[in-house]
Amino acid sequence: MSKPKLLILFSFLLLAVILIVLPHGLSYSQREILVFLTINILVVSSYRLLTLTGEWSLGHIVMMGVGAYGSALYTKELGVPVPISMVLGALTAGIIAWGLSFPLFRMKGFYFLIGSFAAGEIIRLLWKRFRDPFGGPKGIKRIDPFPDIDLGFVRIDFFDPVNYYYFALIIVVLCLVILWRIEKSMIGLTFHAVHWQDKLAESTGVNVRAYRTLALVISATFAGLAGTLLAHYIGTVNPNVFDIEQMVFVLTWAIVGGTTTIYGPIIGCIILTALNEIVLREMGLEQGRPLVYGLILIASVLFMPKGLEDVVKKVIDWIKLHVLTGRIKNV
Amino acid sequence: MSDILIVSNLGKQFGGIKAVDGLSFAVREGDIHGLIGPNGAGKTTTFNLVSGFYKPTHGSVKLFDEEISGLRMHHVAKKGVIRTFQHSTLFAELTVLDNVLVGTHMMFKPSLTAAFLGRERQSRAKAIGRANEVLEFFGLQAFVDQLAGELSHGHQRALGMAVAMASQPKILLLDEPFTGMNPEETQTMMGLMGKLRDTGITLLLVEHDMTAIMGLCDRITVMNFGKLLTEGKPLEIRNHPDVIEAYLGKQKNAT
Repeated sequence: MSKPKLLILFSFLLLAVILIVLPHGLSYSQREILVFLTINILVVSSYRLLTLTGEWSLGHIVMMGVGAYGSALYTKELGVPVPISMVLGALTAGIIAWGLSFPLFRMKGFYFLIGSFAAGEIIRLLWKRFRDPFGGPKGIKRIDPFPDIDLGFVRIDFFDPVNYYYFALIIVVLCLVILWRIEKSMIGLTFHAVHWQDKLAESTGVNVRAYRTLALVISATFAGLAGTLLAHYIGTVNPNVFDIEQMVFVLTWAIVGGTTTIYGPIIGCIILTALNEIVLREMGLEQGRPLVYGLILIASVLFMPKGLEDVVKKVIDWIKLHVLTGRIKNV
Repeated sequence: MSDILIVSNLGKQFGGIKAVDGLSFAVREGDIHGLIGPNGAGKTTTFNLVSGFYKPTHGSVKLFDEEISGLRMHHVAKKGVIRTFQHSTLFAELTVLDNVLVGTHMMFKPSLTAAFLGRERQSRAKAIGRANEVLEFFGLQAFVDQLAGELSHGHQRALGMAVAMASQPKILLLDEPFTGMNPEETQTMMGLMGKLRDTGITLLLVEHDMTAIMGLCDRITVMNFGKLLTEGKPLEIRNHPDVIEAYLGKQKNAT
């Protein structure tokens, strides 16, 4: 194996060890935050897939909500077992997104942004308005938790945040691998093509509408899956969990992190969550989160328009230049 | 030889303006066919109508015997009618190779399941093979890893044609391929077009560069005010009184 590959393998192993050990060094409430963080990483990463086609939506968090409500209702009303209801919830989000794509993709750019916000609000207000089956403003309570797994010698209780964290982590990593593969595939290339020159793409036979729809549906499906992960963890969903304020947080993670790489939004999500939970909570300024996020957003657009990912890119370049070539020279 | 593209009584109206007004002409298979006319004659609109970018107000466009007017652009592309755009319209942020790979979209249709499972290697290798073939044809193989936006103007125009060529067109519509080129680049481009025709692709081009048009085209259609002015071989067009009048105005008799 070549040296760069070895280094990459080693960094991945190190990352895996950190991710496994991490919850054991945290307090109970921090472990819960870790679960939310893991779920949010899937939300922001799935959001990025849509941004590859150049469209930014304000309805993404509602798609997460569709997954959460869907899965909750399938278990409560229809008695579907939880793991299956989660898959169904995610698919529901995908199907709803497909339906919404027809009116929404008559628009582009800013108009699409506003249209997606309106579409999301309609869904959210339907949850608020109809007590049956959505539970009205108070939402749905006592959603079945993810069932315990009894292996005989060991019993995994998913009420414990550490266990649920591992479960969510496995799901999220799998999803990230799929998202990464889609981006690196010819489909991902076509997404980029649609983004940069939709007319040229269309002239070479790309069905631009279909590819925009595909990106929207895939991103909504994964957001829906993230929603189901949340619903079966906290056991309750209500319309306010998926309101525009949450959407702005997702946007901030994506913009501060940067969206040209797959790790950009993830870094944004981790850093800002850490900032929120460690710094703001310590200072007792939690209520000021929107204010602080707003300031960070403005500052990052002004001083770091390429996002945090650019810093990482520079570090990687530095390693390539100094560590790797240096070693090869020595050999 | 048979006609590959038949435009009959084609019209497009924008509000009160008739940009194209009852235009009829035919392109013979294997020809390089020029479409010329003064500014505002409706050449680019005609292109947009043929390629499906606009829907015609009336009239028909046929590829061999098949009606293609009113179809959406990617459907027209699937039939084998590929267009390029004015200026250097490229995926400037993507590499040269990726640009051409987008062009192979129709030959190697991406599959979602293959992408999910990471089983794309074979079809991708074929697509890259096709892309390299095309890049070699246009003399661009040295630039595969460069960003398209960083190429020189002449190379960008060639890449634009390479993207179109990668999708295996029957007829290629080139919108002002010689704009902004120096004489040397024009010569290279003319050579490329001759080579393209020799591979069996029919070319229809809108152009203002008369040296290129006269030196290259087998037949020329002249438009003025959205209508057909005349049609013929380059030599006939060059000396046609109506064409001279359309470009230069009527000669006043000196008294």
